[in-house]
Amino acid sequence: MNLEFSEEMNMLQDMLNKFLHNEYSFEQRQTLSRQGIGYSEDNWQQFAEMGLLGVPFDEQYGGFGFGQAGLIVVMEAIGKGLIVEPYLASIVLAGQLVQQAGSEAQKRTLLEPLIGGGLKLAFAYVERQSRYNLADVVCKAVKRGNQFCIRGSKSVVFNAETADKIIVCVRTSGESISQAGISLFIVDKGSKGLSTRDYETVDGLRASEVHFDGVMVDESSLIGELDNAYDAIQTVIDSASAAICAEGVGVITQLRDKTVEYLKTRKQFGQPLSRFQVLQHRCVDMFMHEEQMRSLAYLAAIKVTSDDASESAKSVSSAKVYLADARTIVAEQAAQLHGGIGVTDELDVAHYVKRLTMLNTLFGDRDFHLQRLCSL
Amino acid sequence: MDLNYSPEEQAFKLEVREFLRTNYPKDIKEKVAKGVALKKSDYVTWQKILYKKGWVAPSWPEQYGGTGWSPVQKYIFEEECAAANCLRLVSFGLVMIGPVLLEFGTEEQKQKYLPDILKSDVWWAQGYSEPNAGSDLASLQTRAENKGDHYLLNGTKTWTTHGHYADMIFVLARTSQEDRKQKGISFLLVDMKDPGVSVEPIITVDGMHVVNQVFFDEIKVPIENIVGKEGEGWTIAKYLLQHERTNIAQVPRSKKQIERLKALAEKEQCNGKPLLEDTNFRRKIAEVEVELMALEMTNLRVLSKLSAGEPPGSASSLLKVKGTEVQQAITALLMEAVAYYGFPYDKNVMLDGWQEDPIGPEEAIFLAPHYFDWRKTSIYGGSNEIQKNIMAKAVLGL
Repeated sequence: MNLEFSEEMNMLQDMLNKFLHNEYSFEQRQTLSRQGIGYSEDNWQQFAEMGLLGVPFDEQYGGFGFGQAGLIVVMEAIGKGLIVEPYLASIVLAGQLVQQAGSEAQKRTLLEPLIGGGLKLAFAYVERQSRYNLADVVCKAVKRGNQFCIRGSKSVVFNAETADKIIVCVRTSGESISQAGISLFIVDKGSKGLSTRDYETVDGLRASEVHFDGVMVDESSLIGELDNAYDAIQTVIDSASAAICAEGVGVITQLRDKTVEYLKTRKQFGQPLSRFQVLQHRCVDMFMHEEQMRSLAYLAAIKVTSDDASESAKSVSSAKVYLADARTIVAEQAAQLHGGIGVTDELDVAHYVKRLTMLNTLFGDRDFHLQRLCSL
Repeated sequence: MDLNYSPEEQAFKLEVREFLRTNYPKDIKEKVAKGVALKKSDYVTWQKILYKKGWVAPSWPEQYGGTGWSPVQKYIFEEECAAANCLRLVSFGLVMIGPVLLEFGTEEQKQKYLPDILKSDVWWAQGYSEPNAGSDLASLQTRAENKGDHYLLNGTKTWTTHGHYADMIFVLARTSQEDRKQKGISFLLVDMKDPGVSVEPIITVDGMHVVNQVFFDEIKVPIENIVGKEGEGWTIAKYLLQHERTNIAQVPRSKKQIERLKALAEKEQCNGKPLLEDTNFRRKIAEVEVELMALEMTNLRVLSKLSAGEPPGSASSLLKVKGTEVQQAITALLMEAVAYYGFPYDKNVMLDGWQEDPIGPEEAIFLAPHYFDWRKTSIYGGSNEIQKNIMAKAVLGL
């Protein structure tokens, strides 16, 4: 047994820390988040040059083959720097879906430009009524000759605004909420009948409502088997869930660190706030949660690719439950201990708090994952 | 013990309900129900309607425009207002400086300021907290030097709610250095139109501008603008913390929010059924309801004691801590109810409401910002940690 990062992972981590330190201050992040497309295209190209976009992909398609372990390192840095570039949407979700379910030809044509920074993808899997149930798919594709006609709407599709193509999960047969009968299509953003309504998210990212009004796609746009995409979707969402747990570790580390520093410098009643035992204990709670969260995030990264589906699900949902608890133990307390300044837009703390809170919602909240654990 | 309202109280409840039904403006009601940001004119409009009816200042003595209501009647009024989605009147005039002037002000001060507070013609702001004096309010540094016919005021105040709207501000300032920091603080009334006053907006986590930092630069405050005696400021500030705080728990508002939460969960879907039928979500609502039920009864017990003429003691600290915990728990559940629709954010919608079709459930866009913004309630008005210190010391003798 060895739970240390490999030499390669350490190098990746050093490179990312250097990037965050030199080129991704909180002020720069805020500027990017609030203008234009919500992130920097230059940064994205730099990510490509640094090799970040190829981290989870097999070497035969031009990736690094670092898999989930590599994602941990990247996502923790994304959490630390509150990075707004569409890594989760384009690489972790859509890219991995192509790798997971795509044909040899699709992998060759899509992954290379994706890794090179020339192609961006998004994944549309949420619907108005679906909540966190990946099988609750109403948006439909009907066969017409050798084409499919897609009709319906998808909700909160991250970074659809700047994606060149959108992978959408649709119902091609079966009852609503049945796992059978779900298929994946990759659709050009410029397709006739496809429209988006783009917006900012409360945690400083971008997402869209995507409408398919009779969008026609060829059979060759099908990713994976017809009617049989559910398992691939679940696998990729679990990988992404494990990945955002690592992002959460990065956010939690920052909040704990910033809160402890603040308590040491802020003086009230003639002494630093850090002298008050009741506040010390809250910081210790944050620290313990941080360590436990890191453990579960690493465990999930190791187990998510396990052949035993229930082992995989158990590790991911456990980590996700812990991530949800970080909202009360870390996010709410970080705001509280900073006092008024902790709920202002100006201070970075509020933005880490927002991201950590929304990570609870992403891919299923505490109730959803506890329920899933109970059903295993 | 009898929990039922008397026939007179019951009749009063109906009277209030009917008045609100026929007089409370529909457009404001809709804004409050959804969570759209209110404008100054909304506050003024509603306050003037209540003023005309004579119901604007339930806690003031009748001779100065109060209602002469019992504590129970005041509670009924709050209950009905919350149920009707009434906006909460701005408290700085009616609940803070008004009662202070009534208790400590000169007759001239009362005549000069109180009528305009009732009519909402003059807006007040509170000048207490400073960048380095938060929980430890008594360490405040803003200075007012006695120059004979005026005080020369220099310093800064922060978290000043509605400071950008205010005409006047009441300020705690240091008039002398004493052995105890609580001594040497005075309570001054300052004209916000003085050229030495500047107001810097502070944008909060929800992206809104409600609070400000206010700067005082060489302001000559007329000597007659002191309330009480020089050095009596801390006594006055403490008076405010202990009085007029029976509605601090915000029980009626929380009951209304629970109603809203249930209505929302009825509409949201979870596995093909209403979210309200989901056992997990139901259980979480029930947990908050238990706490709220206890809080309401505690609040009523405090009111009952007040009606019997007993002092409220440290009850307001308990009501504040538990009240804010319940409010915050509800904001979290509201956000959880809409799942992914907590993500969309649009400041313009928060300010003016939708001018086009909403994204997802109509009210969803307000819920995450509201959750984040409501973190402030356990920080302001004496943080919950300070309230617990008060109870430890004053109630438990620790």
